[in-house]
Amino acid sequence: MFRRNGSTCVATFAVDEVRVLRKVAGEVVGLLTDGMDHTDPVVSRLFPDIYPDRPDDSEEFRLYTEGELKTGKIDQAGAILAALPDEGEGEVRLDGEAAEAWLRAINDARLAMGTRLDIQADTDLGAELDDAVLHDPGSSRVFQLSVYAYLGYLQESLLNALPEIE
Amino acid sequence: MVGMALPQVAPIESPEIEEAPADDRPWVTIVWDDPVNLMSYVTWVFQKLFGYSKEKAEALMLDVHTKGRAVVSSGARERMEMDANQLHGYGLWATVDRD
Repeated sequence: MFRRNGSTCVATFAVDEVRVLRKVAGEVVGLLTDGMDHTDPVVSRLFPDIYPDRPDDSEEFRLYTEGELKTGKIDQAGAILAALPDEGEGEVRLDGEAAEAWLRAINDARLAMGTRLDIQADTDLGAELDDAVLHDPGSSRVFQLSVYAYLGYLQESLLNALPEIE
Repeated sequence: MVGMALPQVAPIESPEIEEAPADDRPWVTIVWDDPVNLMSYVTWVFQKLFGYSKEKAEALMLDVHTKGRAVVSSGARERMEMDANQLHGYGLWATVDRD
């Protein structure tokens, strides 16, 4: 988890955390680079229609803006990959700009995972995880839910480690 | 407007057909509630992107959270499109509409 150190946000990640963060950031980059499918609910959540009642206007706006938006999202996921140690455990130090990229990228990853996991406003993450463990502790759902929960804590810790905005 | 008693006078003849008044309602950017984004993150985005004070950003975030949506900026259409697009960059669910 992140903490403040002077003007930087610092975290020490264990081997498993580094591996998970690399995987998650890599999956976001993959989703955005392999010809996006707009019928995929994850893609519609990351790139919402700007005019929900006017598909033509939304489409026209998308035509002019989506490329740049997509590049931005790929770059911010890349900021996670760039700051992590190549392998093994290690410390990550983020200046203001890198911290912002991490926050945005963690958020994109949580949106993607939350959509796939069908997280709703009344979802009790702890109860979901308990159920999934009871069902099959080695399942992919247990892994996905625990990573999703972990990313939430990590994002919150980074927000708390940021200097106050004036 | 309703409820006013209009004096009965003969209409003045107008040489031109009256044009429909231009729609001058401002455009607005709306942020919608979603089950994933952290409340603290949404507050931070409002501060960062719009330069709102922490108090104003928190109040807006709570509006989104409790009412399901909130108007976060208003003005010219192009400006609102830019705001919504930037909010999408942060992963917030934003749309543009007339007030």
